[in-house]
Amino acid sequence: MLKDITLGQFFPGNTIVNKLDPRTKLVLMIAYIASLFIARGLFAYLFMFVILLTCITISKIKPKAILRGLRPVFIIILVTVFLNIFFIRGETILFQFGFIVITTEGVVTAAFMASRLMMLIVSTFLLTYTTSPISLTNGLEKMLNPLKKIKLPVHEFAMMMSIALRFIPTLIEETDKIISAQKSRGADFETGGLIKRAKSVLPIIVPLFISAFRRADELATAMESRCYHGGEGRTSMKILRFSAADYIALLFGAIVVTIVVLLGIYF
Amino acid sequence: MKNIIKTEKLEFTYIASDDAPSRHILNKLNLEIEKGTFVAIIGHNGSGKTTLAKHFNAILLPTGGRVLVNGMDTIDESLVIEIRRRVGMVFQNPDNQIVATVVEEDVAFAPENLGYPPAEIRERVDEALKIVGMYEFREHAPHLLSGGQKQRIAIAGVLAMRPECIVFDEPTAMLDPQGREKVINIMRDLRDNHGVTVVLITHHMDEAVGADRLIVMSDGEIYLDGTPREVFKQTEKLQETGLSIPETAQLLNKLKHDGFDVLQNALTIDECVETIYEAVSADGRMPPLQVKECVETIYGAVSADGRIPPLQVKE
Repeated sequence: MLKDITLGQFFPGNTIVNKLDPRTKLVLMIAYIASLFIARGLFAYLFMFVILLTCITISKIKPKAILRGLRPVFIIILVTVFLNIFFIRGETILFQFGFIVITTEGVVTAAFMASRLMMLIVSTFLLTYTTSPISLTNGLEKMLNPLKKIKLPVHEFAMMMSIALRFIPTLIEETDKIISAQKSRGADFETGGLIKRAKSVLPIIVPLFISAFRRADELATAMESRCYHGGEGRTSMKILRFSAADYIALLFGAIVVTIVVLLGIYF
Repeated sequence: MKNIIKTEKLEFTYIASDDAPSRHILNKLNLEIEKGTFVAIIGHNGSGKTTLAKHFNAILLPTGGRVLVNGMDTIDESLVIEIRRRVGMVFQNPDNQIVATVVEEDVAFAPENLGYPPAEIRERVDEALKIVGMYEFREHAPHLLSGGQKQRIAIAGVLAMRPECIVFDEPTAMLDPQGREKVINIMRDLRDNHGVTVVLITHHMDEAVGADRLIVMSDGEIYLDGTPREVFKQTEKLQETGLSIPETAQLLNKLKHDGFDVLQNALTIDECVETIYEAVSADGRMPPLQVKECVETIYGAVSADGRIPPLQVKE
């Protein structure tokens, strides 16, 4: 059941999107999210949607993978929709029952919020599905490099992040095993009230933490054995270099942002 | 220099803490490991074999005596990287030694740490992956591979440093039989064809059979040291340490005990079959080469009490 989580999962591929520099993709993702917040009006949203769809098509990500990734955030989206529908008071009343008032403005805002959230999340998938965590962290490290001057441990953060991403599938697998082991000893995770269920998670969390610490210790030894000594003097097999495609993609991104701003002003 | 690793009166003690008294793990241990050899170190749990191995690349530092790697003292902090570059280490659990989410990026981890230029890293990664036979998997995600494949990736990750010596700390303990065989073959190949010194820490006797030299450890000391043939002949001494000996040696030992005049130096199954055949056909009365039946008959007779597990005779 836990295997469905696709958070931070990377699918190796050979498309242009896969080959773009991670820094380009990071910048484009940030630009996209920013434009989502700038976007005003139906046309701007439609435009953003078309852009996202185009990018997904180019990157050949399977729609199934995107839907699976959206599942865990579905509840958040639902809550947002709910809050917006019931608590935004507009002028045109659609439906009224006692103190419950639903207005057109509320429904419209809810629809915009939901689609904005979904597009936002899917745009991050576009980054994580097409970029290996190592090149992603490499890109982040390179982008944040100037911060090293003010003594920020940029390399260490990047390394921590990439290791965390690396161990997500391993720990998920482990959690599954622990759950099965506890179930076979008669543990019950499905019935009971909220508190009882929360308590029943404890026999999963404790062994998981113990094993995670043991893994961390072994990993640290293995990394030291392979001459890891921090970021100093470290090189990279794959050098990040902007290609023509990166410049074109960035230009494309700039155009998208401009169009969104213009759409917001004139429509 | 002939020796890659040399320990001089090596001692290691876990210093006492609030909840544990201090424990001597290694006791004035002298050991020299010759370049280009395949050395197996066996011992029961707690004999100090893993602690010893961790001294070979300065993961642990001696609390007494010293360890020299190619003449470099491991206590010298400025030499640590130089030492670890020469003596690589492969651990038991492949999952906990893989750093990256793509096979080739994981193999590149060590040369990246060493600061080689990208082209050279690429070359080393490809070379290492080809040696362990995982080149086709270079763009795969490691967590989708089998245990044996992951362990081969871990070996490649060490090989990319082009080390002179690789210490394997129970590398097959978590693998299935096929994965185990592959890893063992890689170890042999490294020693035979790539000039790498192999140190294997294990408690599988049959893995130790193929080594050039076998060291038995007990209570932080070297208990027996010699070629596998020499060591496995000393059945009683081995049993004293709580270690079992290979089935073949067990069989020959029991035959001799029951009054058969067999030599005690056969380790592989084929050798064992020949030895027994020679012994029983010495008077010329046995028809030649019904070896398999002959061995099975003898085996049936001596193992009637059920103490020797069934032996598989090669067809």
